[in-house]
Amino acid sequence: MGRGTGGARLMDTLIAWFTDPAHWDGPTGVPTRLLEHLQISFLAVGLATLVALPVGLFIGHTGRFANLAINLANIGRAVPSYGLMVALLPIFLLLAPALGYDPALGLTFLPLFASMTLLAIPPILVNTYAGLREVDRDLIEAGRGMGMREREILLSIELPIASPIVIGGFRTATLQVIATATIGAILSYGGLGRFIIDGLANRDYTQIFAGAILVTGLALGVDWILALMQRALTPRALRVARGSRPYRELAEAPVPAGMPNV
Amino acid sequence: MSAGPHRSAAVVEFDHVTKRYDNVERRPGSAPPPGAVNDLSLTVPAGKICVLVGPSGCGKTTSLKMVNRLIEPTSGKILIDGVDAGTRDVTELRRSIGYVIQQVGLFPHQTVAENVATVPRLVGWSKERQNERADELLALIGLDPAKYGKRFPAQLSGGERQRVGVARALAVDPPIMLMDEPFGAVDPIVRDRLQNEFLRLQEELAKTILFVTHDIDEAIKMGDLVAVFQEGGKVAQFGTPTEILANPASEFVARFVGADRGLKRLALSRVGDLPILAPASVKVGDDVADARKRAAAHSFPYLLLVDAAQRPLGWIAPDRIPASGRIYDTMADVVPPIVNRRTTLKDALSIMLDADVQAAISIDRAGTAQSLITVDDVVRLMREGQHGPTFGIEGDEDAAADSAGGPSADEIGAAVSAEAARTGDPVD
Amino acid sequence: MEGQQLIDWSWIGDHLDDILVRTLQHLELTIIPIVLGFIISLILAVWVTRQPRVYAPLTATTGLLYTIPSIAAFAFLRPIFGLSLITAIIPLTTYTLLILVRNNVAGLQSVPADVLEAAEGMGYTRAQRLRRVELPLAVPLMITGIRLAVVTTIGLATVASILGDSFGGLGQFITEGLQTFFPTKMILGGAMSVILAFVSDFLLIRVEHRLTPWAAARAARA
Repeated sequence: MGRGTGGARLMDTLIAWFTDPAHWDGPTGVPTRLLEHLQISFLAVGLATLVALPVGLFIGHTGRFANLAINLANIGRAVPSYGLMVALLPIFLLLAPALGYDPALGLTFLPLFASMTLLAIPPILVNTYAGLREVDRDLIEAGRGMGMREREILLSIELPIASPIVIGGFRTATLQVIATATIGAILSYGGLGRFIIDGLANRDYTQIFAGAILVTGLALGVDWILALMQRALTPRALRVARGSRPYRELAEAPVPAGMPNV
Repeated sequence: MSAGPHRSAAVVEFDHVTKRYDNVERRPGSAPPPGAVNDLSLTVPAGKICVLVGPSGCGKTTSLKMVNRLIEPTSGKILIDGVDAGTRDVTELRRSIGYVIQQVGLFPHQTVAENVATVPRLVGWSKERQNERADELLALIGLDPAKYGKRFPAQLSGGERQRVGVARALAVDPPIMLMDEPFGAVDPIVRDRLQNEFLRLQEELAKTILFVTHDIDEAIKMGDLVAVFQEGGKVAQFGTPTEILANPASEFVARFVGADRGLKRLALSRVGDLPILAPASVKVGDDVADARKRAAAHSFPYLLLVDAAQRPLGWIAPDRIPASGRIYDTMADVVPPIVNRRTTLKDALSIMLDADVQAAISIDRAGTAQSLITVDDVVRLMREGQHGPTFGIEGDEDAAADSAGGPSADEIGAAVSAEAARTGDPVD
Repeated sequence: MEGQQLIDWSWIGDHLDDILVRTLQHLELTIIPIVLGFIISLILAVWVTRQPRVYAPLTATTGLLYTIPSIAAFAFLRPIFGLSLITAIIPLTTYTLLILVRNNVAGLQSVPADVLEAAEGMGYTRAQRLRRVELPLAVPLMITGIRLAVVTTIGLATVASILGDSFGGLGQFITEGLQTFFPTKMILGGAMSVILAFVSDFLLIRVEHRLTPWAAARAARA
């Protein structure tokens, strides 16, 4: 990348690409692609949260079915998103008549959505579980001893204390989904991956690089916002001795700290 | 047993040692900042246990760690057999000093035998010799090598782990051992047992031991010498446990040893420290008139019935002696409490208070009655203040104190070791 | 699509040798980056234990590298290194660093302070301590990292096939299946990479148990 004159030339063409108004307008412009990218990412992370958070809270609080759930989550980790997306394509296409949705959805959106959701579930589930498990057992005993209900223990003791780790999982999931949703462009879904895939087809390296910058920039930007959220939601008493700059935590986001060794 | 003391011990001397922490840079995750040490000078004679005791942050652990240079002094010297430790190669120095810490620090990935053979391995012993030594040490600390050698530390109890830690520190027979709260992490019952085992071991090994604790009772029990540290890294008093209990040098020491220091001294003195008072004894078949005469001449009114070998059988109360005839064994109805020279006065007192006749008989290893002990004797000894032993373990003192008795000094020494396990060790 | 079977078993039966070749290629694409990444991250992790200050910028860098989309990374290196193995190896190695550095550091830091103090007090030199105490005790967390990195790399390596067929791997089935719209290949590529991931993970767990018999003793107690 930093290859002397080649690097300088690339820099010039990149600046030219980003300042070209044609790249910022219409259905193929950056804003549209950005929105498409955000849309699929948030839908996928949203559905994954709906599935993984309650399950994580349940197994984290009760300890029941924990091994099963964590093992399933780890199986989920092993599934390659690209392979899954492509493998799901013929299946969704086949199911379209039976389930009555537009086959076009089965060709693009659904395979990507499903594989991104699956990608987002393991980190959220594992971190929720690990976060809850890391809460000092004495605190829960104390809560019980003071007559708190299980629900109150979960909501007013376990979740607040575990919240940095739980949100850490959410951040990991979001970061991975944003970076990976690029592959949707292979199935002629939009999103920022479009620039990379089209650039690859046309051997337009400026466009590939621009696309990569946009995806990475989006991922970092969203993660930064989530890091601020994480900080805001961390109980003040637990904030002591943590790095003040969100970017320090960003670096730690993509892999959950306490991945249970199953 | 024939291996005398001082086989391999060294003199450790602190010479105006000071450690200051002006601007400490704390490593994350490290232990809390250690206490400073202020102009420490003291000498630990070879083969003695010197306990450094004091409140936390008083510099006792810092002092200990300066001996094997885990901490370097700011100024002053530590001399080991006259050689400045600061001039020695630090790795070689550490390998020649046994080191035991509270959390033991056994290597979790190595078996017990491998752990014990750590320093032998480091200094390049042959595999065979390492194994032999590990077996020998495990047997010494009372763990069956065949059963425990192949286990991992996680498969041991807390007490067993501590013992393995001691064995590991002894592996190359170092002249000095540093022990930092070695029994601090186990429950009181196990601690008491480990302390007794260690004292027994030390009688054989006679190492020079620096022992850190914050527990004054442990200090009194374990120490030949005790250095009481106070905040700011100063030694408030250095002396034998008896001296410290009898004459605290300052208000601080008096408060630190506690208001019950008189009672604590009872635990320090032993039956052997009392003057010998032969009981008025009779045998079956002795003439009654003669027996009466003997009882009247004695300060204690009861007669002790003994067998042919002078072993105590029971008390004969003065009112049960008939006007004439011979002594029969049926006259003795109360069995006297039996103690020995190594029984602490605390235990002896406790036994006597429980007995019908408040006196006890001290016997030697052969079971022969040696001396009569009464509650009054104990109280009198404690009132005399400083009177008492300097070091409880000294063999030659035993011999001197026992000159009136029959058995030789060697015999007493053997009895001391054999019976040390029994006295003051309620668990075993 | 109508009437076409989702999976054409006879095609699979006829192409078993192809599948084997692609699987071996995929293994190559996985093992090389893992080995390289592990060596690099181990050096970095030891550096971090000696110089804790470098950890934050180091993880920030590996984290940033991790967010670069793999397609873009492959595509971008193609004009530089052509359609060679290097083009695939560089990004895949880079992606392993985030996981491996973190876990190697965590592994080295998991060594209890009392164990380190005992080692120092008994006269271990720094090198001896690293080799005989710190590294062996770091093995469980290191292998956890390797497991995670292997599974991730197996998935990412499928994407390299988008560049074209030169180093192949199982992704080749996926991409070819997509281009010719042949569901058997599309599903086969994904399914085979999942199976490969499972088998690798299982084998690594076995390796871990073999390397750390003491950890089982500890787990049994806990």
